[in-house]
Amino acid sequence: MTLEAFADTIVPGEKRFPADRSVAGAASGGGAVVAGAIELLETPAAGVAGGLTDLARMLNEHATAYAREHGRDLDGDVPAFVALAFDDRSALVRALTGPDHPERDGWVALALFSNMAFDTAAHRHTTEAIAEGHVGLATMGFAAPDPDGLWRFPAYSYGRPLADLHPDTTASGSLA
Amino acid sequence: MTEPAGESFAVEQTDVLVVGSGFGGAITAYHLAAGGARVVVLERGPWLRSDEFEHDFMLGSSYTRIFDFVVGDGMALLGGNCVGGGSVVYFAAMPRVPSFVFERKGSIGRRMWPATIDRAALDPWYDRVEQALPVSRNDWNTVTYAGGLFAAACARAGHTANPVPAAVDNTLCTNCNWMMAGCRFDAKRSLLLNYLPGAIANGAEIRPLHEVQRIARTDDGGYRVHYNVIHDDDYRLTNGSGAIDAKIVVLAAGAGATPVILQRSEAELGAMPHAVGRYFSGNGERLNTAVIDEDKARDLLGVSRPDGSAFRANQVGKGPCVASWDRLDGSLPEYSRFSLEQLYFPPGFGTILAQVPGPDGPTWFGPEKKELLRRWQSWLTTFTMSEDDNEGEFGAPPPTGNAFRISQQMLGRGPIRYRPTENTLRGWAESDAQVKEIMERDGLATVLPWSNDVVGAYTVHPLASCRIGDDPATSALDDRHELRGHPGIFVTDGSAVPCALTVNPALTIAALAERAVPGIVRAARQRGVAVSYGASLP
Ligand SMILES: Cc1cc2nc3c(=O)[nH]c(=O)nc-3n(C[C@H](O)[C@H](O)[C@H](O)COP(=O)(O)OP(=O)(O)OC[C@H]3O[C@@H](n4cnc5c(N)ncnc54)[C@H](O)[C@@H]3O)c2cc1C
Repeated sequence: MTLEAFADTIVPGEKRFPADRSVAGAASGGGAVVAGAIELLETPAAGVAGGLTDLARMLNEHATAYAREHGRDLDGDVPAFVALAFDDRSALVRALTGPDHPERDGWVALALFSNMAFDTAAHRHTTEAIAEGHVGLATMGFAAPDPDGLWRFPAYSYGRPLADLHPDTTASGSLA
Repeated sequence: MTEPAGESFAVEQTDVLVVGSGFGGAITAYHLAAGGARVVVLERGPWLRSDEFEHDFMLGSSYTRIFDFVVGDGMALLGGNCVGGGSVVYFAAMPRVPSFVFERKGSIGRRMWPATIDRAALDPWYDRVEQALPVSRNDWNTVTYAGGLFAAACARAGHTANPVPAAVDNTLCTNCNWMMAGCRFDAKRSLLLNYLPGAIANGAEIRPLHEVQRIARTDDGGYRVHYNVIHDDDYRLTNGSGAIDAKIVVLAAGAGATPVILQRSEAELGAMPHAVGRYFSGNGERLNTAVIDEDKARDLLGVSRPDGSAFRANQVGKGPCVASWDRLDGSLPEYSRFSLEQLYFPPGFGTILAQVPGPDGPTWFGPEKKELLRRWQSWLTTFTMSEDDNEGEFGAPPPTGNAFRISQQMLGRGPIRYRPTENTLRGWAESDAQVKEIMERDGLATVLPWSNDVVGAYTVHPLASCRIGDDPATSALDDRHELRGHPGIFVTDGSAVPCALTVNPALTIAALAERAVPGIVRAARQRGVAVSYGASLP
């Protein structure tokens, strides 16, 4: 739940069901969680699976400290980070991934994979992800491949001069 | 410390041992093999055939097998990790470096390039590489929608814009924009199509998944190169190790790896020149993402596509096709000169660092960012190559390779440290302002630079970490690319380039490697290797 809430802070989505706590509902459409962030984080290839339990624990410790510092009451029904409001989650993630935070490597890695789950569906073959309507690729309008699973764009050029060349252009096409 | 030659039956012998199979390695391997030397190339990454280059973002596909992403402290490096090196993953824009760059002084108060090298001296070597790959000029019919739109925006803002010379065969190209996963149509002229097959035809042996760790001396004046064999899926694992003795070593592991190998070898080889692992340049790189207003593109620029849209073509193309070179003006002060190139990065690398205005300033994540992603098809990315200050330095080497590997493939944490100086920051600010001036004019687009908060600055063009020069205090190599104090070790990759180039560097790295070959051949002959120089191009 904690890591879902983290991924949802990076690419937010709409609640999956009314009582959804980890997904805050800060944006319309599916976000990183529905896109498969947890699945990607847990793939052996990503190399971070072994650290996830620790990261979740640390995130909740940071959330508890944040709540104390900012006078937020956390209900005890869910982990501390999940209990934070979306804006507070965002502020905390901004601090944890900031240039000067000593643990930033771990938080940046979590953010990278959360993002990749949405933008590239890196836990799936891209063709399959697209065929199944993967929410991130669909949101971006990533075009579908040809029937053989490869991309080709036969129309690709405006096909006419659109600027003057630099006056020092040489025969090879570079500058002098 | 010296290691006795022939100490064990297990140690193989060769004339020339080449480390890395990118531009610096493939070109030297070809010429030395063609000249008659026994050549072995050790390459840490796998060897893929064209039909193994996949259109797939899944971890474990060619996209992650052949790619390397090392996050350091303040700088992240992107590069190749396969036979063919960066040429397999690159975007193949191949301009020559403008003349003024060779006169740069940077912060050392003297010309950074050796006196023997300027543009005129390099031109014949550029010619050779352009012929061998080959490189051809894009024209307006092969320029993509993104390149065309950028050109039109430049023209409207009073700037020139040029189709960029590229190592792409446009008759084979499908404009799929999967260049970073390797080109499965053989349209991109990587080293797998010219110098490397040429080297193999002349007897060179290429060994993939062999990662060089360190170099030691043998008591006959040669070198012993120690390597680990890397697991073919999980690059964190090692399948044994070995060593090869050679009379000549050519280091071409790339600017992120060559200095690390030398640092790790220092205990056995003796003191390294001061400049090994210093003066690193990221080629002054900077990215901006413009989100195009489709209606304005039609009204202001008069562009339209067969399907009726004006642009919506971020995904279509083949990397950079058009650059604006107005700021490559030698009369401007150093650090104020840069080129702007239209570019495409696939999702993942190309999306995470893009920023949007947020409640507390620009942000790279959250709800506003997601709104930006909805308009991804209308993104147009511009790439700045400016003059940075050679301010990168490598810390202590990791136990193996050039990074602690985190993921099975691709992602690692490396020892480089980079803090941009005021000079570098000023160049970036001036280029950001020019991108804004061009792209935001009359509401054509909204533009923000990529964030440097997440992985620091970033570069696909690591340079200068082991550079040539005339001054022993600030260059690791003499002007023949030989490592000072260690005769018989040559460095021919991007680390030898003295400074940021203001344009894409691969053609220059390649031309410098071509130029270095006659000197390496001479050194090999002095060491008793029967090799000559003068083979035709592959
Ligand atoms: C996405 C991307 C796009 C690019 N686009 C362009 C472009 O359009 N134009 C341009 O000019 N440049 C481009 N570049 C940059 C270009 O690829 C590099 O400048 C060029 O490849 C550098 O050549 P090199 O010989 O220095 O090293 P590389 O080509 O990086 O070769 C080094 C090789 O050494 C291997 N290696 C590393 N360590 C070891 C070790 N310990 N033992 C054995 N082998 C090792 C690596 O796996 C690699 O194959 C791009 C780069 C990237 C990443």
